[in-house]
Amino acid sequence: MKALAARRRNPVVSTLLLLVALLGVGGAYTVATSAAPAEAVATADQTAIDEGKRLYLEGCSSCHGLNAQGTATGPTLIGVGAAAVHFQVSTGRMPMAAPGAQAPVKPVDYSEADVSAMAAYIASLAPGPAIPTAEQLDYSDADIAEGGVLFRINCAQCHQAAGGGGALTQGKHAPSLMDASPQEIYEAMLTGPQNMPVFANTTLPAEDKQAIIAYIADLQESDSPGGLALGRLGPVTEGLFLWAGVFAVFVGLAVWIAIRAR
Amino acid sequence: MSTTEKIGGSVAAYVDDRVGSNRFLTRSLKKVFPDHWSFMLGEITLYSFIVVLLSGVFLTLFYKPSMVEVIYDGSYVPLKGVMMSEAYASTLNISFDVRGGLLIRQMHHWAALIFIAAMSVHMFRVFFTGAFRKPREFNWVIGIALITLGLGAGFSGYSLPDDLLSGTGLQIARGIVQAIPIVGTWGAFLLFDGEFPGTEFISRLYGVHILLIPGLILALITVHLMMVWTQKHTQFPGPGRTNTNVVGYPLMPIYMAKAGGFFFVVFGVIILISGLVTINPIWIFGPYTPDQVSAGSQPDWYIGWLDGALRLMPNVETVLFGYTISWNVFIPSVIVPGIVFTVAAFYPFIEAWATGDKRDHNLLDRPRNAPTRTAIGVMAITFYLLLFIGGGNDIIAITFDLSINSIIWFLRIAIFVVPPIAFVVTRRICLALQRRDREKLLHGYESGRILRLPHGEFIEVHEPLPAKERAVLESAIESYRAPLPAPAKLDANGVRNKFYRLQILRSKLSHWYYADDIKPPTREEIEAGQAHVAHDAALEAPLHDYEETHFVNVPFHGGILHEQGAPMTNKQQLEARGGNL
Repeated sequence: MKALAARRRNPVVSTLLLLVALLGVGGAYTVATSAAPAEAVATADQTAIDEGKRLYLEGCSSCHGLNAQGTATGPTLIGVGAAAVHFQVSTGRMPMAAPGAQAPVKPVDYSEADVSAMAAYIASLAPGPAIPTAEQLDYSDADIAEGGVLFRINCAQCHQAAGGGGALTQGKHAPSLMDASPQEIYEAMLTGPQNMPVFANTTLPAEDKQAIIAYIADLQESDSPGGLALGRLGPVTEGLFLWAGVFAVFVGLAVWIAIRAR
Repeated sequence: MSTTEKIGGSVAAYVDDRVGSNRFLTRSLKKVFPDHWSFMLGEITLYSFIVVLLSGVFLTLFYKPSMVEVIYDGSYVPLKGVMMSEAYASTLNISFDVRGGLLIRQMHHWAALIFIAAMSVHMFRVFFTGAFRKPREFNWVIGIALITLGLGAGFSGYSLPDDLLSGTGLQIARGIVQAIPIVGTWGAFLLFDGEFPGTEFISRLYGVHILLIPGLILALITVHLMMVWTQKHTQFPGPGRTNTNVVGYPLMPIYMAKAGGFFFVVFGVIILISGLVTINPIWIFGPYTPDQVSAGSQPDWYIGWLDGALRLMPNVETVLFGYTISWNVFIPSVIVPGIVFTVAAFYPFIEAWATGDKRDHNLLDRPRNAPTRTAIGVMAITFYLLLFIGGGNDIIAITFDLSINSIIWFLRIAIFVVPPIAFVVTRRICLALQRRDREKLLHGYESGRILRLPHGEFIEVHEPLPAKERAVLESAIESYRAPLPAPAKLDANGVRNKFYRLQILRSKLSHWYYADDIKPPTREEIEAGQAHVAHDAALEAPLHDYEETHFVNVPFHGGILHEQGAPMTNKQQLEARGGNL
């Protein structure tokens, strides 16, 4: 102990002691803040996951497989993430009522809790895009004009410039965005449902997504400055209106003016 | 003579001495026009064109035909700060910042659509009634030229705002020019002054749109109307109407009032629609950049059929000596419209050649009395409609939840199958109607009343035709054409007929046109038939020959029951009512 005592006042000692103390406090803090709540969350999650698995086996597994590994009639769900589950199920697209070109929107069969449970189960299988947070969905600061440019570059070729939707090959289609919520739009971009490509955060950063959502929200809310909008579909509906409406009026007026006075 | 009359008279004399206008005016104001609603279609065309001109002048005050890039700083927020051409920015400016600008823009566009729609319906009226026949063939050709110019005016106008839709249309137009073999590439470079989109095209198109095409249209409209004036308007057959007279009202005051009033009605309806219904919301489509395209990009309705043809055409290309010939673009967008407009322009001459008829025709055909022509017209409309549906295939697919591929394949087959079916069905209907007319002329029409004669025989009472209907039906005699006989190979002197082959073709065409037509009865046969019918109807008279009848006076199909206390034969009643039932 003499040797130890002798070196007690060595300048290195204080540094070493500080290091040990810091490591100890830091280690204890890490254990204290993460270990115990992690346990609690894990328990809560496990309940949701179990419930989600039950719902999954009941409503989804006939196509996607008992372990979500995918079958001939449905793709694997391993790694699609919670966002994909939330988008597909909360819009009624999944479970599909019948096989077809594309899953149509229909009335939802599950409660919000059920959807979260299934999302938790699928997310527990492998990491994937999570359900966007309220912060991510906040587009109040986004630039609408920038969103418009991004929308026309990335979205308009399928969803049409006014977001009215468009036809794809073999009966598939890009749906109208006029009733889509910000969360649905965000999740769709993140996960690329049906025939839509994935716009990951690496290619389309969160603020760009928010700008696009802001533009779509503006399209949804804005009035038509020119009067009746005719679905904002352009020349086809205008032509239909012309022949069925306007021209019929003109022929009626021509008949009226050519009637001989009796 | 009052002072006013004196002043008026001296003013008129002063003008007449210098202009010589009195004789012209006196003659012109008395000019007679026939009455029919379908004769108003040309007027709708003219009036909507006037609206297009007036609103167009307003737009030129604010539109800038420039492709210089600017940053938008107008009042439409969703485009604020976006780079765009000055053309697009100025169109946004007209829509949002010029007072009344959007209304005038929409008036210009709606009136343009109405102009071409009215023009096409007017054309089909002329076609189905044979109004294009001698002496009016040239006026028909001018009409076809006007339609072609109308399409050019419309398409150039659609392209000027430089929004996403017009740019997409221009890119397709450039592709069509490029698809013309040999000259295509050079042609496209010539038109666009280099690569697409370049910086010149909008200003070039502007000159075409506001000067060249409207100038030509105005000039041709003038000629068109002058020819109508000098050749006089055609009329439908009716009592007292012949090939050499015009039955109607004088220009002054009846038609001055009607036509003048109708102008304001057309103007008013266009303003009303333009105020209530959006057309071409360019602010939604955004500025044009070549890397963008929107789903559901369509041309205006009158170009829709060509877009449809392009969409239906299978992807066929051949490589010849290292050059690609794009049949997939060339056939639907150059050859098809080329054939359609050429055949349309030459149609009067084709039909005249088949009839061998050199007479003037001022009395119109009823469509049923020219079954083959009517069938050709319906076939053309069917063909057009199918292509038109093809042009909107994506909108139809998403609206009715169909597969776009199925629509395309259905139309690819239908375009060859359905028009011939339409031809046959229409022709059959016309022939059946001709037969019925013949029946009516010979035997009057069936009253639905069965009469038992004293010796027990049952007959159905036929009624003679009212004078007006009879005059209309008798026009079949005028319209009827016997097919040209087959030519002889050698003439009476044994000389070989040099034009034998051509005449065979002509005779065959003539047979195709007219061989199946129902030959109408002669005027003598009709006279005899109607007299017989009148006699038949008179048989019924004694049945009603009692003092007090208590029938209610109700007109019903085939006759009129007798009025109270007025026993009359049907014939007498008919006469009392001036031939009208």
